[in-house]
Amino acid sequence: MADILTDPAPEAPEAVPEFPMPRESRCPFDPPPTLKQLQEQGPLTKVRLWDGSEPWLVTRYAEQRALLGDARVSADTDSPGYPTKASPDAGEGKLSFIMMDDPEHARLRRMVTAPFAVKKVEALRPAVQRIVDGLIDDMLAGPSPVDLVDVFALPIPSLVICELLGVPYEEHDFFQEHTKTMVRTTATPEERGRASRDVAGYLAGLLGKRLAEPKGDLLSSIAGRITAGELTHQQATEMALLLLIAGHETTANMIALGTLALLQNPDQLALLRETDDPKFVAGAVEELLRYLHITHLGRRRAVTEDIEIGGQMIKAGEGVIMVNEIGNRDPEVFTDPDRLDLTRDARRHVAFGFGVHQCLGQPLARMELQVVYGTLYKRIPTLKLAAPVEHVRFKTDAFIYGVHALPVSW
Amino acid sequence: MKVELEADRCVASGQCVLAAMDVFDQDDDGIAILLDEQPAVEHLDGVREAVAICPAAAIRLVDQ
Repeated sequence: MADILTDPAPEAPEAVPEFPMPRESRCPFDPPPTLKQLQEQGPLTKVRLWDGSEPWLVTRYAEQRALLGDARVSADTDSPGYPTKASPDAGEGKLSFIMMDDPEHARLRRMVTAPFAVKKVEALRPAVQRIVDGLIDDMLAGPSPVDLVDVFALPIPSLVICELLGVPYEEHDFFQEHTKTMVRTTATPEERGRASRDVAGYLAGLLGKRLAEPKGDLLSSIAGRITAGELTHQQATEMALLLLIAGHETTANMIALGTLALLQNPDQLALLRETDDPKFVAGAVEELLRYLHITHLGRRRAVTEDIEIGGQMIKAGEGVIMVNEIGNRDPEVFTDPDRLDLTRDARRHVAFGFGVHQCLGQPLARMELQVVYGTLYKRIPTLKLAAPVEHVRFKTDAFIYGVHALPVSW
Repeated sequence: MKVELEADRCVASGQCVLAAMDVFDQDDDGIAILLDEQPAVEHLDGVREAVAICPAAAIRLVDQ
């Protein structure tokens, strides 16, 4: 008490904004207005998290890229100052290499990069086209209206990643349900932990089968690393879990939320419907990735050495959150950033992150989205929203932003 | 203009291949390979794009 009385009167403390901030309900595709204001004020600001901790929020593109590419910035969730996401993580173990630093991160990541190389992914394009066409055939033959998430957006990435890993798709109800729980911020730590353990147990069992009898899939290749003594069974299971869940919610939400954004921007949708140019479709995918930004809670890191950046000194042991959705709306990099413009060159977006942790599956995600956006609106040109947009429920309660359901008719 | 690639830093994101397919490729593990150290002028825009978007900052374009 004495200390407080004798200290010089502190200046009125500026209010530290809480993160995450609520979105403006009028435009579900735009970042929260407060985020925009913070970006205008400067590249970095302190925010308060659910647990009272105050990491730095990095709002501008240049500083986000610099920090995500800096080796003094750690992705290890055990690093002092690492900003915790929503509540203590009750999951056992780490989600493989995305929560590790080099050199161990690079060692593990390189074990699974092969199938995601551009030409290997390109070879899968005809199979993905068949999946997409088949699901559209089923839609057209079935009732209307229908939930696009359920019949189209989620099955596509799910079928593709199951095929790649060698996970039987017939069991998709089980792991889709669990994946949903794992990314729901309103799930209790116990619920998330149980979902994570259940899927991990299931994958550990599949890995065991591949150990005994290898096939040509990615699970067999990961199992081979156990045999070679390069991975423990636990590490291999964490890696399989990461690959299974990373492709699910992300691509599915890009498909559903992207379709809603296009339906709300009919002039842009018409461009996609009328083009036969795969380059235009590829560019449109980049713009939708920039504009939507489904990883709305940012990339989180801990600083391990003092770093001076954007006029601030970030101290070792402090947390940083790079909110890429606002970085992708930085007017210094993208002209008129809040406009969806499929004709712009958006390739420099940071929707997949930046630095050594940049999304491993991005060539696969791009290809899937190119096939989807290049096919769906041509095959169903009368596709429309079957409910008022005000009735669409958005996933503000999940680590991955999107829509819970998208009722459409044609 | 000469292209330099530090393959040790590469994280196999494949972005250079998408930006300049005549200049970059990937090995069996997805790690970038430089096909052409001194690409023709018409490929330089693609190379500049690759330099700008490479997440690992593994590519440089240097004056000779």
